[in-house]
Amino acid sequence: MTVIGRLGAQSSLKTLGGFAIAAIVLFGVAPAMLTDFRLSLLAKFLCFAIVAVGIGLAWGRGGMLTLGQGVFFGLGAYIMAMHLQMADAAKAHEDVPEFMTIAGVPELPSYWRPFESAPVTILAIAILPAALAAVLGLGVFKRRVKGAYFAILSQALAAALAILLTGQQTIGGFTGLSDFRSFFGFRLDDPVNRRMLFFIAAGTLLVVVAVARQLMRSRYGELLVAVRDQEERVRFLGYDPANIKIVAYVVAAFFAGIAGALFTPIVGIISPADIGVVPSIAFLIGVAIGGRTTLLGPVLGAIGVAWAQTTFSEHFPSAWTYFQGALFIVVVGFIPAGLAGFGPMAKQLLERVRRQSADAATEPDAGGETAETPAATEPEPAQPAAAAEQKVEAR
Amino acid sequence: MDVAAGQLFTGLSLGSILLLAALGLSLTFGQMGVINMAHGEFIMAGCYTTYVVEQLISATGVALIVSLFAGFLVGGLLGAALEMGLIRWMYDRPLDTLLVTFGVGLVLQQAVRDIFGAPAKNVVAPDWLTGGIGIAGTVVPKTRIFIMVLAVVAVIALATALKTTPMGRRIRAVVQNRSLAETSGVSSRLTDVSTFFIGSGLAAVAGVALTLIGSTSPTIGQSYLVDAFLVVVIGGLGQIKGTVIAAFAMGLLNSFVEYSTTATVAKVIVFIVVVIFLQVRPQGLFTVRTRSLA
Repeated sequence: MTVIGRLGAQSSLKTLGGFAIAAIVLFGVAPAMLTDFRLSLLAKFLCFAIVAVGIGLAWGRGGMLTLGQGVFFGLGAYIMAMHLQMADAAKAHEDVPEFMTIAGVPELPSYWRPFESAPVTILAIAILPAALAAVLGLGVFKRRVKGAYFAILSQALAAALAILLTGQQTIGGFTGLSDFRSFFGFRLDDPVNRRMLFFIAAGTLLVVVAVARQLMRSRYGELLVAVRDQEERVRFLGYDPANIKIVAYVVAAFFAGIAGALFTPIVGIISPADIGVVPSIAFLIGVAIGGRTTLLGPVLGAIGVAWAQTTFSEHFPSAWTYFQGALFIVVVGFIPAGLAGFGPMAKQLLERVRRQSADAATEPDAGGETAETPAATEPEPAQPAAAAEQKVEAR
Repeated sequence: MDVAAGQLFTGLSLGSILLLAALGLSLTFGQMGVINMAHGEFIMAGCYTTYVVEQLISATGVALIVSLFAGFLVGGLLGAALEMGLIRWMYDRPLDTLLVTFGVGLVLQQAVRDIFGAPAKNVVAPDWLTGGIGIAGTVVPKTRIFIMVLAVVAVIALATALKTTPMGRRIRAVVQNRSLAETSGVSSRLTDVSTFFIGSGLAAVAGVALTLIGSTSPTIGQSYLVDAFLVVVIGGLGQIKGTVIAAFAMGLLNSFVEYSTTATVAKVIVFIVVVIFLQVRPQGLFTVRTRSLA
């Protein structure tokens, strides 16, 4: 609390500045510098970044390792895809989307019907992933299933959804849904409209980051970190840790659903291969590299990894997999704080050097200084936290 | 009657495969608290060992038996190497071992893809395993019976080893109380490595068995990993008894649901049942209080 109070005025100015810079880069520099193709690629990366913000909240702040964000991403993406298919079919005065005619599905399955309407689609994208997360969260966290068990269940959920979609011919099966022609009435082959999609993704990312920042800095955010580090103590203080976790998980699912819904028109295809177990875990690597406990680390990490993947696999398709594996091993294993961890580390080092040179001249006043340094490097790396918890539970 | 019997045998055989895949996991995950996502790739290593051995030894009957031992060795060595190289540094961070071993799994998968090629490979079952035996009005392929026998043998061997051998005693001692075991002169490092050797070796044996019922591809391990984890979760931490019951329960549930609906719906229903089951028993079927997972 005091930390926030002390830093409050100064850092909100800083944040405003940060947002302004991000907005200038996203809305001014990027569209001016990049070709339409690259801009569309960047829009795709921004979708991953939106997922990453949610993962940062649930995993970095809340300590819930979710291996199944692909589920919520996929829900959003498929709902959007179904709406786009229906809209295309309606425009062509067809009763069923084209792929169904080819696959020999004579009649529209009933679960497609609601997504004919645009408002229902948007509502569904906002509500369904969050609702699924709430149900799963209630089932899991209320029963104090946590840690590895939660991770495995979330992974099983991703596997189940991917298998379910693969087997369902009425929703594209193994090949998924593609060939969308328009997005809420705007033609998708028009470069101007594709540019518009990029702006929508960029704007959404900014809003999502702002929401996450507000959450992290609120009293709720402090509780979330407290639950991650000392769940039992939070319980003894009279809070229900399950509710705190469920909220973070639901928010993460909500973000992932929106990201999926944007992904569909931007990339133009969604298939079970985009949302299964492996892509769901792949979402995590950007978050880990950027710094899971920070606000911007996951965003930059996700964009960086997606960019690296695209560039790499253009030239060496198989090398990327090795590289990705190595990233998981090195970053998660040996730099758990991610690249963001280097910032505070460098700051501390500088501080120490400065203090040493100051000490040479004046009497040392180390007490006040050392108390402030760890407080300024606000997010704690997860390693000591996990170790502490282990110790407590071992008793 | 024969339909029910057929589904029963399908379920038992699926259960045996799950059991083989989960047995090693119940050691490394259940007893040691390490979530090894590369376990699926150790299964795959068993498959490819069988393929290689069969290329070397043309007599398929001999090749299969040799593969069982070679597979155990290959999987075990991979597991021991993983433990010594990475996991030993991360025993206090179980969730991070999950991601690190996932990275290892990616690398192993790609390595196999580069060495053997992406297309699936087929292993020929030996003569004495072709055909089927009529039981209770249904024909059960001999390969499936072999796998069931193998699962039973593996369970008995593991249980006996844990109960009676000095190594097994050391493993149980370290699991129950690491520091006390260390004080009593047990080398916990050696124990950790050997637990991993056995657990990963068993995964590879499961892989050898899998070659009898299908073709081998680089992603074969992935498809069994999630199910194996669910089996261990249902069975309870480090409980062989629980793992056995959970594996067969899941196998049977899967085969009977699959009969009345489809394979994909069955998977989803099994998952839902598991989540509901955890509402009743969050700790799994059987539990001993050991080092809890963070």
